[in-house]
Order: sequence, then C-alpha cells, then structure tokens
Amino acid sequence: MSATVPFGPRAESRQPAALLTLASVSKRFGGLQALSGVSLSIERGHVHGLIGPNGAGKTTLFNLITGLYAPDEGRFELDGASYLPAAAHQIAQAGIARTFQNIRLFGAMTALENVMVGRHVRTGCGAWAAMLRTPSQRREEAAIRVQARRLLDEVGLERLADVPARTLSYGDQRRLEIARALATEPRLLALDEPAAGMNATEKRALRELLLRIQSGGVTLLLIEHDVKLVMDVCNRVSVLDHGRLIAEGEPHAIRRDPMVIEAYLGAGHA
Amino acid sequence: MPERWPRFLRAAAIVAIALALAILPFVVGTQGNAWVRIIDFALLYVMLALGLNIVVGYAGLLDLGYIAFYAVGAYLYALLASPHLTDNFEFIQTLFPDGLHHSIWLILPLGAGLAALFGIALGAPTLRLRGDYLAIVTLGFGEIVRIFLNNLNAPLNVTNGPQGIGNIEPIRLGGINLGRTQTWSGFEIPSVYLYYYLFLAIAIAIIVLTVRLQDSRLGRAWMAIREDELAAQSMGINTRDVKLLAFALGASFGGVAGALFAAFQGFVSPESFNLMESVVIVSMVVLGGMGHVPGVILGALLLAGLPEALRHVAGPIQQGLFGHELIAPEALRMLLFGTAMVVVMLYRPQGLWPAPSTGRRMHGVPPGGQAPRSPR
Amino acid sequence: MHLDILLQQILNGLVLGSVYALVALGYTMVYGILQLINFAHGDVLMVGAMVGVTVVGLLASSGLPGPAVLVIALLAAIPVCILLALTIERIAYRPLRNAPRLAPLITAIGLSIVIQTLAMIVWKPNPIVFPDLLPTDPIPIAGALLAPKQLLILIVAGVLMAGLLLLVNRTKLGRSMRATAEHPQIAQLMGVDANRVIAVTFAIGAALAATAGILIALNYNIVQFSMGFIPGLKAFTAAVLGGIGNLGGAVLGGLLLGVIESLAAGYIGDLTGGFLGSHYQDIFAFLVLIVVLIFRPSGLLGERVADRA
Repeated sequence: MSATVPFGPRAESRQPAALLTLASVSKRFGGLQALSGVSLSIERGHVHGLIGPNGAGKTTLFNLITGLYAPDEGRFELDGASYLPAAAHQIAQAGIARTFQNIRLFGAMTALENVMVGRHVRTGCGAWAAMLRTPSQRREEAAIRVQARRLLDEVGLERLADVPARTLSYGDQRRLEIARALATEPRLLALDEPAAGMNATEKRALRELLLRIQSGGVTLLLIEHDVKLVMDVCNRVSVLDHGRLIAEGEPHAIRRDPMVIEAYLGAGHA
Repeated sequence: MPERWPRFLRAAAIVAIALALAILPFVVGTQGNAWVRIIDFALLYVMLALGLNIVVGYAGLLDLGYIAFYAVGAYLYALLASPHLTDNFEFIQTLFPDGLHHSIWLILPLGAGLAALFGIALGAPTLRLRGDYLAIVTLGFGEIVRIFLNNLNAPLNVTNGPQGIGNIEPIRLGGINLGRTQTWSGFEIPSVYLYYYLFLAIAIAIIVLTVRLQDSRLGRAWMAIREDELAAQSMGINTRDVKLLAFALGASFGGVAGALFAAFQGFVSPESFNLMESVVIVSMVVLGGMGHVPGVILGALLLAGLPEALRHVAGPIQQGLFGHELIAPEALRMLLFGTAMVVVMLYRPQGLWPAPSTGRRMHGVPPGGQAPRSPR
Repeated sequence: MHLDILLQQILNGLVLGSVYALVALGYTMVYGILQLINFAHGDVLMVGAMVGVTVVGLLASSGLPGPAVLVIALLAAIPVCILLALTIERIAYRPLRNAPRLAPLITAIGLSIVIQTLAMIVWKPNPIVFPDLLPTDPIPIAGALLAPKQLLILIVAGVLMAGLLLLVNRTKLGRSMRATAEHPQIAQLMGVDANRVIAVTFAIGAALAATAGILIALNYNIVQFSMGFIPGLKAFTAAVLGGIGNLGGAVLGGLLLGVIESLAAGYIGDLTGGFLGSHYQDIFAFLVLIVVLIFRPSGLLGERVADRA
C-alpha cells in the first residue's frame, strides 16, 4: 500500500498494456440475448468509457466483469491472466472494484465505516485478534481508520465522516461509494453511471475526482450517459447496442461515427 | 459511556457502578434468596442475548433456534459432571471409577467449542437463505435438537429423555464449592450469591468481547452483510465464511451460558430448551435494540426480570379486582410478551435503546431523502 | 409382509397430506401476494378446532346426528377464523407492508403467542376430546383399511381444493388475486383494490385452515391450545416443497409430505435398525424443508428462483 497516494494499484510490475481484456463474451437471459460476441480491451491507466442506448447491455457487461453474473461464453483476463470463474469477493481481491447504478451503500453505517469496510479485503485481522485486541490488531485498526479518513478527504466528504450513509445527499452518496471502492486498492475501478442525478457543479467535481484517481495509477471503466463527461475524461470509448459492440475508439471519433448516431437516434439521422 | 464526559466523571461513574454491582446481591437478598436467584438467571439471559446479538443484531441473520446452543452447553456439562454416564454405561464406569467430575476451566471452553460446531452445522446449509426462510429453518433446527434430547434414551441412554439429567455437580472454583453456603470471616454467603459473582464476571467478559468484535474488521463485515450482502461481496468480503463465524461465535456464548446453567440448576431437561425460549431471547435482542450492546442488555434484564416481578404482583392485583385469579402468572407473562412484541414492532421497531445512528432505520428513509443530517 | 403395510401407510399419508394441503394453500396464497410467511396461520387452524370442539360439546345432548353436528361445527368455526385472520392481517401485517421483512415476522410471532395464550385461558391447558362423529367401522380398500372419517377428510379436502382452483382460475376475483400476486402495482392501475384482494386471500386461507383444524380434531380425537404449531410448520414445509406461491404446488407438496411422513414413520424402525423410533416423525418435515431449501429452493413446481435463496 503506497504511503503517499491513498489509492493505487497493488502490484505495479506487470508489463502488458492491456489491463483487462474481454474476448467473445456472450450472455443470455431466458429468451433475451443480452450480449453477443463482445470483445474489448482496456488499457492500463486509461479511463475507458462504455456507452450505448438503454438496454444495450452495459450493466450486464459490468456485472459479468465484476462477477455478479456468470458468462455463457467468453474469456476474461486481468493482466493477462484469466480470472473467471470467480466469486464476487475473489474478484475484488484480484483488484476489480465497482460502484452500483442504484447506489448500494451500508446505510446504517457512517460514511467513515463504509470506507473502512472497503479496507477489509486488504487487511487480515480476524475474530481472535479482535477479541484479544492484540497489538497488531490495534495497529491495523488505526491504519484502517487513517486510510479511510484520507479517502474521504480525497472525495471531499471528510466533514461527514460520522454521518449515517443513508442520510447523505445523493451526490455525497455517490462520492462515498467511490471512496469505498477505492479503499479496496483496485487495479480497475468500474463505475456504473457515477454522474447520474448530479448537477453541473457536482459533475465538474466528479470530473476532477476521476482524473485524480487516474493520475494515482488506477484504471477506470465508466458507464455513463453524460456525453460531455465522457468526452472530457475518457481516453477511449466502447459503444454497445443490442448486446453487440458497434464502435470503439477515441471519444471524438465515436461521436461522429454514423453507426453510433444511428443507434442513439435511429436510422435517418446519420 | 457518553464520550463527552471528562475522564474524571467517567472513572467515578464506573467505580460507582462497580460498587453497586458488588453489593447488589446483599441488598436484594434482604428480600429473600429467590430474588438473587432471579438476578442470576437474568445474567444468564444477558449472556444469551449478547450471543444472539452477534447473529441477529450484527450480521442480521434471524435465528429462531438459538436455544439449541444453550442446550448443547448444558447437556455437555450435565454429561461430564454428573453420575448419568457412569450409571448407564459400563465402560465409562470402568474408565472413571471415581465418577465424572470436571473442572469448569475445562468444560467452559469445551462447551463453547461444541456449541460453535453446532453453530457451523446450522449455519452451513442456511447461507443462501433469505430472512424468513432462514428463520423457519433455524426454528426447525432448534426443534430437532430438542426432539433428539427428548428421545435419545433408547437404545442407548445418552440424554435420559424427558426425565432429564440430575445430580449435576455445582461449580468448584479455586477450591470453593459454589453450591454451598460459604462462611467468610463471620459472613455467610449463600450459594446464589457466589454464582452471582461468577455469572457477573463471565457476563462482563462477554460484554467486553462483544464490544471488541463490534468495533473490529469482523464486526464491520457483519454489519456490511446485514445492510447489503451483495455490496459486501463486491467489496471483497467472503460472506460465507463471515456468516459462519457469526453463527459459531454467537453459538459459543450460548454454549458457555448453557454449561453455567446446568451447574447452577443442578438439573437439565429438554423442556427448558423449547421454541418459546428461543423466541424470548430473540425478543430480548430485538426489543432491547438490535445490534446495540447496552440495548440488548437492557432488553435481557427487563424481559428476564419483569415476568418474575409480575408473578409477585399479578396475583394480589387480580384478587383485589376480581376476587380470584383470572389469569395464571405464566399465562399473563406470555400475553404481555406477545403483546410487547407486536406493539414494539409497530411503534418503536428500532427497540427501546437503539444505536444512536440507527434512529428511524426500520421505516426506510430513502437515500438522499428528507432526513436531516446529524450535527457533527 | 411389508407391502401390506405399504398401501396402508400410503393411504394414511394421503389423508394426512390432504390436510396439510389445505393449510399449505393458505400459506402459499398469502406468500404469493405479500411475500410473507404468515406465522400465525397455524393458530387460526387451532382456533377452528377449538371452536369446533366447543360447538360439538354444546350439541352433544341435542340428539342431532354426527354428520349434522360436524357441519354445524364447521359453519361456526369458519366465520370465527375468518374474523381472526382478518384481524391478524390488519394488526400485524398491513401497517408493516413497507417495513423490512423482519418486522412482520416478529409481530406475527407475537400475535401467535397471544392467540395461543388466550386459547389456553379460554379453553384451559388440558387436551379436550373431540368425539367420533361418524361411524367407525373401517372400509376395506384393496387390503388396507380406511376409516369413514379418513374418507371424509379426503372428500372434503378434495372438494375444497377443486373449488379453490376453480375460483382462482375461472372467476373475476381469482383473476384479481393472480394479478395482484404477479404485479401488485399494475393490478392496482387496472382497478384492482389491493387491500380487498389481500383481505379475501386471508379469508379464504382462514376458511381452509378452520376446516383443516376440525378435520385434524376429528382424525385424532383430540384438541389442545398448542395443536396449531406442528401442523402449521409442516404445512409450510409442504408449501415450500411444492413451490411457494404456486397453488398446485401446495396441493402436491401437501400430499407428498403426508406420504413421505407416513412411510418414514412406518419404516424408520427398520431403516435405522431400531435406533430411531417413530417419535422422530416430526423431524422429517424439518429435514424435508432444509433439503428443499438447499437443493431446490423453488420447490417442485415453482419457477421464481430469483429472490428465493
């Protein structure tokens, strides 16, 4: 755990440029083919956007990447190594953290405690150490607290540390969720519509935060509908429509891509 | 202890409470030993409620069969510290010609360990079950244990069936037999007083352990699972192992309480470990303030003490009002119990003394909703 | 020699099972609409039996024939139980519709305790005999014996179950119930009064439970304030076995559980070499429940696995 940067990836030494690669991913729910033959590659250190009209399969893909669903077909590789099948908690251990579209915080716990939970996966004291309050447990607890406070600081929530999470405003809750995910020291941080419901000021702050996270060495994957935000922060964008990848490239190129325009606005607008 | 108080005041409060607890049996005892006995049982309930609090309060797993762990601890002690096994099994008689006697220092950890194993056995199949199903399955587990205790008297008489096991030895601590009145420089200290101090010490130990667990990495993991299991998993918490730990640790406290109970009462039988008892303990946790140690203790003391107080008061009141006893004290206790459960859930679901940040949790304030932020 | 017992045990099991099915229907209907286990359902059954035995006692010297007394007992018990169930819904469940699932479970347990205690006070704790109201000469069927009251149970249960299935599938009320079970908000938008549908659901469940209570009383010739708990639990197991929320499943689960229990009780001595006797019969329901919930939580006929486990 790097001492100066409060969030950052665990292992720095891998060489391949691609942090996460997906190959020919498919998923079906009953009669609905949610994803078919999706392949994409997220470069280390990038902010990678995933966009597409509603129902395109973005969240499904997210859930596959983060282990909430199992794929029907496809290969998932993190740093060149296949990491599925794996349970959700193992994926967090491997270095993929996420936020949720509907915000899933631990409502009755304070903001600080929520972030402290994020430290669980990088710490190790168990029941005996807790009951006996061993010196190493006390040290670890103190460290967890310090790291959590620093993360709250990074997202601007330090004044609300002892407030129950469910009483926070919507925008604050989103930021708290990000802080909690960062506490797991992910290599890849997957954010599901982080800007949803935010006003312009909050979006500006979010943009700053995302860029700061990126400069700390974390790779980001973003589902987002806000075009301006995507243009501003993303290095690369993949576009899904009806479960297929229809375009991929730099944000500005994507914006002008006729297939993408057609997907969003319908044929005849290209 | 409110953290705003200066250290001096807090120290003084602790000393005052310690003194009060130290002389309590002597004060209460002036009304008769029966009242001290009630306090002893109340302390056992405090231990049970705190153990269940780990499962229900921290981890959010509704266990309606918790009494089974109490039974495990009690019967373990009964078997290891009474003539039952030597009377019924020749080979044990030959192995232990002087009879089975065991030190409390051996049996308490054994009881805790055995109960923990049962806890894991209960927890393992229930890990993916949702709230109400979990409740029913744990209820079934409790009943299964009771039925086995009630019937394992043939062909091998392990538990002595409905008659239970008697002649259980009292606890011997440092040479002192807690089952006999001890004389100490002229003072006579009855057995119930001696047990009081032992139970108080163990209850305090359990309180300390529980609070330490609560404010630890494991405690936070439990609460995360309680709040949102999916999110907890996504944050790297191995929910299966963490839930099993909740069951195991919660059960172990129950096992310890059970062993103490067997020694104290000198006799155990399956009917002490029925569904109603599990429900009573759940009520103590929920009505007191789920997940909040002071609330749980309050709930345990109230629900253990009130029925007894009622018993002494209800008879005369009914005589005065109706000329005869309309409702037996036991029935009255159950009526008030059931009514309390309904009323508290309807009007104060967070319990009598909830954790400060819980507030109106049970009635679901939506995220980012109208609830005001608490002052820093 | 064992095959002789087999048919007898199966018949006994079917009788037992059809009673379980009646009660299971109540559980499954309420679960289908409210996603809630009606913990107090077993106590409604008990009250039905107690009212029944009281009526029977009152009519003992009236000279009326047994079957007539039985019918009157039923007609008395059903409205009482319906009223009880509606009260339970109003007090324990309706105010907590939006509360976390734990809350109505606890109020239900509390009410269950209150109802049982009141029953204990009113009818005294001791068991009361429920007389045989039908002739007792057994009817031989293919080598096994069926008592007339057992035959009655099969018939009554069968008629009621058929009636319910007709109601749910062929009437407007039934459509409303099914719609509310599947999509409460949409059903409301279509003009279905959710509160009314829920009330009717509880009422039907109560009527079935009252009948089941009296049939159990008739079958075992005994009633007691605590008699609702075990049948309630077993009926719930049956509902889960068949697929909770599924009416056909409740019937199938009930019958199946009855037969399993009967066979197990009959053969358990042989199976375990005399180690376990038939007092362990009650455990089977719990074991079935646990096994179903672990391996096939959606039950035999259920489809909605999503939020089950």
